[in-house]
Amino acid sequence: MRFVKDRLGAFLLALMLVLAGSAAHAAGLDEALEHFLIDDFGEVETGIGKVAASGDSRAAMVLEALKEDRLHYSPEKKSVYIKDKAGKLFSAATGQAAEGDTPADLAAVDTNNRLRGVIDAAIGGLSLLAPSPARRYESAQAVFKSRDEGVLPALDAALAKETDTRIKRAMNEARAAVILYSEGASEAERIDAVAAIRVRGDQEAVNALAGLPADTPPAIKNAARDAIAGIHSQLAVWTAAQNAWYGISLGSVLLLAAIGLAITFGVMGVINMAHGEMVMLGAYVTYIVQDLIRQHNPALFDYSLLMAVPLAFLVAGAIGILIEQGIIRFLYGRPLETLLATWGLSLVLQQAVRTAFGPTNKEVGNPSWMSGAFEVGHLTITYNRLWIVVFTLVVFVALLGLLRFTRLGLEMRAVTQNRSMAASMGIRTARVDALTFGLGSGIAGIAGVALSQIDNVSPNLGQSYIIDSFMVVVFGGVGNLWGTLVGAFTLGIANKFLEPYAGAVLAKIAILVIIILFIQKRPRGLFALKGRAVEA
Amino acid sequence: MAGHPLLRMLDRGALIFLAVLGVIAVLVPFLNLAFPPSSALHVPTYLVALFGKYLCYALLALSIDLIWGYCGILSLGHGAFFALGGYAMGMYLMRQIGTRGVYAHPELPDFMVFLNWPELPVFWYGFQHFPYALLMIVLVPGALAFVFGWFAFRSRVTGVYLSIITQAMTYALLLAFFRNDFGFGGNNGLTDFKDILGFNVQAQGTRAALFFVSCVALALGFLVCRALVTSKFGKVLVAVRDAEPRTRFLGYRAESYKLFVFTLSACMAGVAGALYVPQVGIINPSEFSPANSIEAVIWVAVGGRGTLIGPVIGALLVNYGKTTFTSGALAPYWLFVLGSLFILVTLLLPRGIVGTWRHWRAQRSAQASADRAATAAAEPAPRPAE
Amino acid sequence: MPAPTTTALLYLNGVHVSFDGFRAINNLSLMIEPGEMRAIIGPNGAGKTTMMDIVTGKTRPDTGDVFFEGTHDLSKLDETQIATLGIGRKFQKPTVFEMHTVEDNLLLALKNDRRPYATLRWHETDDEMQRVASVLETIRLGPVRDRPAGSLAHGQKQWLEIGMLLAQEPKLLLVDEPVAGMTDAETRQTAELLKQINRDKTVIVVEHDMAFVRELGVKVTCLHEGTAIAEGTIDQVSENERVIEVYLGR
Repeated sequence: MRFVKDRLGAFLLALMLVLAGSAAHAAGLDEALEHFLIDDFGEVETGIGKVAASGDSRAAMVLEALKEDRLHYSPEKKSVYIKDKAGKLFSAATGQAAEGDTPADLAAVDTNNRLRGVIDAAIGGLSLLAPSPARRYESAQAVFKSRDEGVLPALDAALAKETDTRIKRAMNEARAAVILYSEGASEAERIDAVAAIRVRGDQEAVNALAGLPADTPPAIKNAARDAIAGIHSQLAVWTAAQNAWYGISLGSVLLLAAIGLAITFGVMGVINMAHGEMVMLGAYVTYIVQDLIRQHNPALFDYSLLMAVPLAFLVAGAIGILIEQGIIRFLYGRPLETLLATWGLSLVLQQAVRTAFGPTNKEVGNPSWMSGAFEVGHLTITYNRLWIVVFTLVVFVALLGLLRFTRLGLEMRAVTQNRSMAASMGIRTARVDALTFGLGSGIAGIAGVALSQIDNVSPNLGQSYIIDSFMVVVFGGVGNLWGTLVGAFTLGIANKFLEPYAGAVLAKIAILVIIILFIQKRPRGLFALKGRAVEA
Repeated sequence: MAGHPLLRMLDRGALIFLAVLGVIAVLVPFLNLAFPPSSALHVPTYLVALFGKYLCYALLALSIDLIWGYCGILSLGHGAFFALGGYAMGMYLMRQIGTRGVYAHPELPDFMVFLNWPELPVFWYGFQHFPYALLMIVLVPGALAFVFGWFAFRSRVTGVYLSIITQAMTYALLLAFFRNDFGFGGNNGLTDFKDILGFNVQAQGTRAALFFVSCVALALGFLVCRALVTSKFGKVLVAVRDAEPRTRFLGYRAESYKLFVFTLSACMAGVAGALYVPQVGIINPSEFSPANSIEAVIWVAVGGRGTLIGPVIGALLVNYGKTTFTSGALAPYWLFVLGSLFILVTLLLPRGIVGTWRHWRAQRSAQASADRAATAAAEPAPRPAE
Repeated sequence: MPAPTTTALLYLNGVHVSFDGFRAINNLSLMIEPGEMRAIIGPNGAGKTTMMDIVTGKTRPDTGDVFFEGTHDLSKLDETQIATLGIGRKFQKPTVFEMHTVEDNLLLALKNDRRPYATLRWHETDDEMQRVASVLETIRLGPVRDRPAGSLAHGQKQWLEIGMLLAQEPKLLLVDEPVAGMTDAETRQTAELLKQINRDKTVIVVEHDMAFVRELGVKVTCLHEGTAIAEGTIDQVSENERVIEVYLGR
């Protein structure tokens, strides 16, 4: 019986709301408030409906007060009052402070549990009609979660008025959720609701479908079960897409860190353990640039990275050339010694930066165009990650172009393939070596600019990338930039797909173990050069 | 390759080295125990522990020299074998704590009680027995080295590739041991040891004994290495180092030689780690950090690789320098010193201290004999192996 | 093992090898009879060294048969196994163990148990020292036996390497450009040495030096673009039109 009564009440409410849609202000708040003067639950319920339908800006306030037992009435003065939290009286109709003494017969408007439900529904319904679209959307989502049947009429009314398609869709979904749980609705209606919810296709939809009570008719339950399975498989696709995106993002970071190494190690055969420190220096260049901008011209902050990129390239590249001239050129043909010497260099560089800038993390800010995120379907993509992927690809393409189309690139390739022949053709191999090393280091510096956006800028920044970068280069195959590209993205994506199963640390360990095993299988990496070139 | 094997093995340098080591092994504990702290002859207990630690490093350096100096395998992950040996010893020491832990659990170490582990994991079984722990100290690093080496050498991963994947190996272990659920105390590692074989690890007598044992272990390690490198086996190792393809075409299975010596070296490193742990009182995952392994390589380079004595000297010198630097006002500059050491040794002293000295002597004697024979045979300048 | 019935010591049939699309060996067939000495000539890039790599297990053929003594399928064995079967190789660039003495180089090469355990327990025996001494005599390096191999002159290194081959006591010797960089006198001595070795061993010599090949006076095979284009005496081969075309170009 209760259900019927509820439905009746809701129906009435809906009716009024619909009326409110057309003749909202005809039935004013004043008239609605009169119903509260009679101490009868039925009257109060009518009053709630009318207040909600009044469309008055203060309707919400009245209902809130009623819910919290702060709505009072005086039969003698035929007035309804709102008592604020401090206990002060205001006229419910006008919002003005009540004049004169407190009426002697002042009494709170009584409510019961059922009425409170009606009030909630009415409040929900009110925000469904709120002027702010965000508020309406939120409210529709709230209804989807609460599945409160009382809101249905308000929802229908709101649906009729809604013009924004996104909100309209949310409201339809909310409506479907309510119908799905409504025992009064026909089986066909409820099965239709299942279909509507399935379209929504997210975790909330699964929750709604999974939470059906045990006594739900089997046809509906079956439909819900099928829908859940459908959503799950759909969600799996989105999860895969999300992992793929994270993987691409990680892969681009790896590529960025490794690409300079692919030049120095891959092309020159020089193991530069201080490569990570070149990345770190690039990040500090970014910090310094931003610091200067903050001090002198904060308006330019959005351009800080654009300025840092060439600077970082020059600084790291120049240091790279110094390293080549000061250390590495004496160690050609002795790769293990090069490894040790450059490791020592990395310690010195780290400590130098630690001495100059202190051991703590430096604050490097994101320019506005790198902040925030947007959504594609169920994917959230942050701008900084997106820009880093784009940036990485640009650097990669630029490097390919440089190797292919410039004089330096030609000479570099010549020296790689046959040093003595190149030398006898008049190429100054020592100069090419220095420039190649400078190029590799400069690119590491550029990587530092990008990595400063997503990582802590501290003297240890480079250390965390060096092993990963070597893994990428070795995995991809030495002497092949495309191998580095494929290697970086393979490892990045593999890592992110393993993470949900194994956790971040175990995934990383697994990747290391896989690479160690892979190198056993293909000691020269994915894209290995074969034949005599390898021996030379 | 003439002479009795024992004579080849114990040449003058080796005998002097063993004699000096023997004197230190007896003298230091004696001066520590026999004289009161007030005496001028007293060696303070902290110094005994400190030098005991250096001796463990020396043994680690020796194990690296065996593979790098004689077989050209530059392992950047030997710290992992050292740490594994250390963990095996640490597990024994943890089990000896018994009910004296904070939670007084008769079986579980404190960190397991803290993590609400219901029972001892299977891989902790048996570690309350010292002989079993001893076995594991050698077996675990040895087994890892065997498996790793079997894959790597069979597929002919050499040179820098091998160095990089050994580094990746220790890095992976570092990450794993940092995890609490791995069952080795996570971040904090194993510490708060009480007894070793019933003796208090903190006691003066125990420390002196550990120092003595470290000397003995170093001497034994040295003898094993000497025996190996002066045998024909050692000649093959050097041949593999200098011209691996040639040895294959001669019919030697280079990977078997490498695997043998790599595994042996890992076992030695494990022993070094096991002796290290009771003397410093803790073992934690940071011992796996790649930086530690590379640092051990520079001890070898400083002393001179392929000399066996050099790495011991290098380990003692560099670590003494590190202690001196990092305990004073100069602490921030230690990394500058260490870094420069890497650079300068590889650039200016590629043979290391002992290697340079031997080279100088060889050159002098060659000059002398050349003068005598009045031939133009100039001693070649043997290039250090890569 | 489905062994082809052949009396040849070394039997190559229809061998192909390519590196990244470059065909280094193209349908190469070659038969070396026991006791034979064969000279292989050909311009740069003809596939001479690759052919040796295939025989010694350094490179695996893509297709084709490579059999030793009619039964051993060399394409399935690695360098160590092939060396143990009795095939020795001298490299183009002399490769000796530079840090070891001449004597130790020979001792390492001496036919013996190659396994780690055996070398650990090894003691020198009079028999072995005699064998080393006889090889030293053959290659005329007795006076420098205690010198590090790295200090030898280029020609001496070449001989030491040949000496190591002899100490190995192989059935088949592959000798890659043994006289490169040698003086005329040394070249003649080397030709004598090879002839002496050929008395009881099968030899394949790869060489550019035509005078040297003529001096050897043996059957010659000319390789070009990975395939044998002519076979016969040096005079026959050097009059072959294809050979002339290949060497002089058209």
